[in-house]
Amino acid sequence: MKNIDSRSHTRGESIYVDDIPVLQGTLYAAVFDSTVAHGKIIHLDVTDALVVAGVERILTYKDIQGENQIGGIIPDEQLLASDVVDFCGMPIAIVVAISDEIAHVALKKIKVQIESLPVIIDPREAAKQNKLIIPPRTFQIGNSQEAFNSCEYIFEGTADSGGQEHLYIETQGAYAVPMENGNIKIYSSTQGPTAVQRTTARVLGIPMHKIEVEVTRLGGGFGGKEDQATTWAIVAALATFHLKKPVKCILNRMEDMRMTGKRHPYSSDFKIGLSKELKILAYEATFYQNAGAAADLSPAVMERTLFHATNTYFVPNTKVTAYSCKTNLPPNTAFRGFGGPQGMFVMEAAITKAAEELGISSTIIQHKNLLKENDLFHYGQHTKGCEAENCWNTAIDKFDFEKLEYEIQDFNSKNNFIKKGIAIMPICFGISFTKTLMNQARALVHVYTDGSVSVSTGAVEMGQGVNTKMLQVAAKVFSINHSKVKVESTNTTRVANTSPSAASATADLNGKATELACNAILSRLKKRAAIELSGNESEIEIKDEFVWINGTQTNLTWPKLVMSCYLNRESLSESAHYATPGLHFDATKEKGNPFAYHVYGTSIHIVTVDCIRGTYETEAVKIVHDFGKSMNTIIDRGQIEGGLVQGIGWMTLEEIIYNKDGKLLTNALSTYKVPDIYSVPKEITIYALETQGSENAILNSKAVGEPPLMYGIGTYFAIRNAVKSFNPKVKLALNAPFTPEKVLMALYGK
Amino acid sequence: MLEFILNTKKIQTDLPSGMTMLDFVRYESHLKGTKIGCREGDCGACTILVGEIYDNSLRYRSMTSCLMPIGNANGKHIVTVEGINMDDLSPVQKAIIEEGGTQCGFCTVGFVMSLTGYCLDEKKSNKENAIASIDGNICRCTGYKSLEKAAFNITEQLQNRDAESKVNWLIENKFIPSYFADIEQRLVAIQNTKSSNATSVKVGGGTDLYVQKHDSMAHTEIDFLFDKVDLNGIHKIENTIFLGGSVTVEDIRSNRMMFEMFPDLLAHLKLISSTPIRNMATLAGNFVNASPIGDMTIFFLALNASIVLSDTINRRTIKLKDFYKGYKTLDKTAEEFIEQIQFDVPNKNTYFNFEKVCKRTHLDIASANNAIRISLNESTIEEIAIAAGGVFAYPLYLIKTSTFLKGKILNAENILAAVEILQSEIAPITDARGDMEYKRLLTRQLFFAHFIKLFPNIISAEALLLNEFSA
Repeated sequence: MKNIDSRSHTRGESIYVDDIPVLQGTLYAAVFDSTVAHGKIIHLDVTDALVVAGVERILTYKDIQGENQIGGIIPDEQLLASDVVDFCGMPIAIVVAISDEIAHVALKKIKVQIESLPVIIDPREAAKQNKLIIPPRTFQIGNSQEAFNSCEYIFEGTADSGGQEHLYIETQGAYAVPMENGNIKIYSSTQGPTAVQRTTARVLGIPMHKIEVEVTRLGGGFGGKEDQATTWAIVAALATFHLKKPVKCILNRMEDMRMTGKRHPYSSDFKIGLSKELKILAYEATFYQNAGAAADLSPAVMERTLFHATNTYFVPNTKVTAYSCKTNLPPNTAFRGFGGPQGMFVMEAAITKAAEELGISSTIIQHKNLLKENDLFHYGQHTKGCEAENCWNTAIDKFDFEKLEYEIQDFNSKNNFIKKGIAIMPICFGISFTKTLMNQARALVHVYTDGSVSVSTGAVEMGQGVNTKMLQVAAKVFSINHSKVKVESTNTTRVANTSPSAASATADLNGKATELACNAILSRLKKRAAIELSGNESEIEIKDEFVWINGTQTNLTWPKLVMSCYLNRESLSESAHYATPGLHFDATKEKGNPFAYHVYGTSIHIVTVDCIRGTYETEAVKIVHDFGKSMNTIIDRGQIEGGLVQGIGWMTLEEIIYNKDGKLLTNALSTYKVPDIYSVPKEITIYALETQGSENAILNSKAVGEPPLMYGIGTYFAIRNAVKSFNPKVKLALNAPFTPEKVLMALYGK
Repeated sequence: MLEFILNTKKIQTDLPSGMTMLDFVRYESHLKGTKIGCREGDCGACTILVGEIYDNSLRYRSMTSCLMPIGNANGKHIVTVEGINMDDLSPVQKAIIEEGGTQCGFCTVGFVMSLTGYCLDEKKSNKENAIASIDGNICRCTGYKSLEKAAFNITEQLQNRDAESKVNWLIENKFIPSYFADIEQRLVAIQNTKSSNATSVKVGGGTDLYVQKHDSMAHTEIDFLFDKVDLNGIHKIENTIFLGGSVTVEDIRSNRMMFEMFPDLLAHLKLISSTPIRNMATLAGNFVNASPIGDMTIFFLALNASIVLSDTINRRTIKLKDFYKGYKTLDKTAEEFIEQIQFDVPNKNTYFNFEKVCKRTHLDIASANNAIRISLNESTIEEIAIAAGGVFAYPLYLIKTSTFLKGKILNAENILAAVEILQSEIAPITDARGDMEYKRLLTRQLFFAHFIKLFPNIISAEALLLNEFSA
């Protein structure tokens, strides 16, 4: 089934926040932000800005009646800087004007005097100065220190991965509308409607029920609108609160890029120990996460780095420690993979280092150490339905890896200045919010008297196709045509206290809740049908919009049955609650069962490097992916392709550069490059490994949002292998992204 | 007053002619299908089609509406997605849906418009041109494979397209609504009533000015040069090629004469921006912008081109290489504009090559670029001109390196000696496009690449580069 929004998308009829017809009297808010990464505000002068014709008001922290605080996990981030700015792009004041243009003209007339304080942009430097967001955490199993003593080979090194701009094509934005009695309705481009509601209420100093948040869809999120859409919603709501007028706040691209956080850059140390047989006996890593100036979601991201530190390998003795380092960058935030990719990159770097030193292919070490059924992760969970070897072996067979490897060796021996490289990237990703309490969701289902159905959940549609999947669930449970089901916008008054659409778990959580709600209604309908047909409830089945009894179709249609329920005063609505069973995690021991299940896959990457110019192309990525029983193959494949390409972007050309003063240099699309149509792999082959799935996955269709991003790591190592075959002696740092600059310097490096 | 057709509707407006078409479409006409992604022509979410009478027939080009002043729409047909929507989906819309080419949907309209532009384009419908038509559209969700399939699917459907009456064929086959049939006639009826004002800011395609200062452009008095007849056209008179200052990159790309002189032209120009930007960006704009990394500037520096500067009263001709005096400093008065570009027709012993490397191979600004024009008399270098971008305060004509090589035998030894001189001529800085050491190395590599590519039988990469590793 195609994405249900496809038609309106291609016709330009889908509505995003900035497309909502504006109400009369709408004002526009623009944000005045710091150009200094760390400093004391000495004086703020808005007088010149205030006299600009059309400016209605300028708001500062003094205009906040509630708490000037937007920190979700830790209250450490002000909405508007009061006396200290902690990063370039930190909001200081809000200009509200009759047009967006006037608001921006006025911004330029605000003067602020800031006394500079020392700026830290390097996480290791922050750690040295003990500037940490939270105390470090360590996950361990076995005894790595002892195990190293029995290792035949031990290798140590450092691996760095860079940040990544989300680059949702729709920038951040919100539209706040005053309702009666001081209530405010906010149309927000957010992955977390409840976060917007809760935090707005906190800043305005009013109860949550006075704030209604409405989300129709997002023009891309990727984690960037999980926590960081909130600021702009509050900006609009604060102005509405004071001015009693509708207020729109839409960031332009450069504002968005400099004011919002990105994927966390990491700098990490690793130590890996192997037996003579190349079994990884011990692994230690220390991660320095560049959190930026405030916690945002960094502690949770850091936690997932620790969970995924050993990727898809069984390592009996593991000790991994992570530091969330406070620097003067915009607070970094969720981004597809959520710390997992950063952890896996280090593991793959360690294996690569070992393989290079031993003069063997990384694939030998990778293969020998893949997880097996019932293996124990370092966080105390056992694998269940482990498909690591199945994916790997299928990829090797299906894509004839030996032949590919041979062809590349042959090609390289015949070409001096074009080199090919090949690498394999297997993945294992845990599904669930690692914060157990967040694994809950609710759905509200109405069946109207004509038999049409309305489904509301806490899921936010951002292109991942979750609304399509919700519709499929309802249509399947009721056995009615897809056209009979409508998926509503996400609204905090219909479904409350939602977890953000994140962690790849949105379809599972909200789908299960939808399934429960539909089943409850279905059960009442069946009861009614039994009465109507004078039969037994157990003999009743609803199939293709007809009631069947004992396997025989009756004349009782879906609409008639629905109407009969109504006439007999039975409820045709249901709100259901779902909480993933079996989850627990004890942070004092760092052990538990945090994940509902794991997703596995293996990808083979082939690249070509132009050894004169230092440029490269990804020839092919061939993937075997564990979908479980995919409920929507078009949507799921789209997630694989999109995730892969985003991962390749992170590993190759997407480079975030801050100068030493903490100013973002790659602050526009002209300097920050995401993959275009020419830079994606020439071939992407996806082989859908149909596995059992998991009963915790909606309709046994495994979560697919984040896992494929990590395939992108394979392209990095394929490039590295190509570079090495041109210049075998080069001392090559493990440092992503592998930009053409780094490639050329490596090709001709000593 | 400006006059143009927006979809089906005739527009007459006194709004500032410097306002962007994007703002006009979204906030004046309330057509919200066209999206805002970056306002610098780098994402394609705001792509529209611009139809005009050209060579006596109606022609459509895709353009990014964020960089297009409405002043450049005068007398034209502007098409947004609302102007191609019919009751049924068009084959372009269907193909995107069929292949799963839309996820969040925000970039989708841009793709629909670019691909519809491809259907209307006079160029051949083949896979390469299909992909080229969406090379300016960024999608962050899909990974492009589904969109690629959609583009191929459309290409197949276009195989029966009637080249003679393209618009009619597309109407009959429900690619575009039937009102397109009357557009040519309606455009002819619109009087183009533009006046020019020598004291106002001169705007060609707007692709740089509108990136740098789109917020102030709306209120700027503008002299629109893009459509001036005397600034357009590519002609050959005797042994010289004359190009109007408002000739676009696409004009060059689709010019048969240019193609014959530069057989690798398509490959070279593929490295430069994207289809919608190539449709808008003028040569004069590129030269006057004086970006140290201007691709077309480097291209024409190596052709040792001359430019004709005019203030509408006086004219003077100077060498392009003498135009640059310092960072963004030109030998040009405020009133002057580039009227014409001239260069000598290369003879059969002349070779030309353009090289460019950036972070992303396409739709990106170069870390370094380089161009060479070289004429051989048997094995002797008779004439040579080399230009390097990204390594100096302005686009650099490598005078010393060129002088050194002139009259020398074409061999590896001389090229290696020339590199030493080249390195002394350039002075790259470290910035977001790369470290200075990288730009030095890259410029050397691109310099080598010219010879390796142009003279594979004389100069081998091994001869130039393998000694790197023997030490």
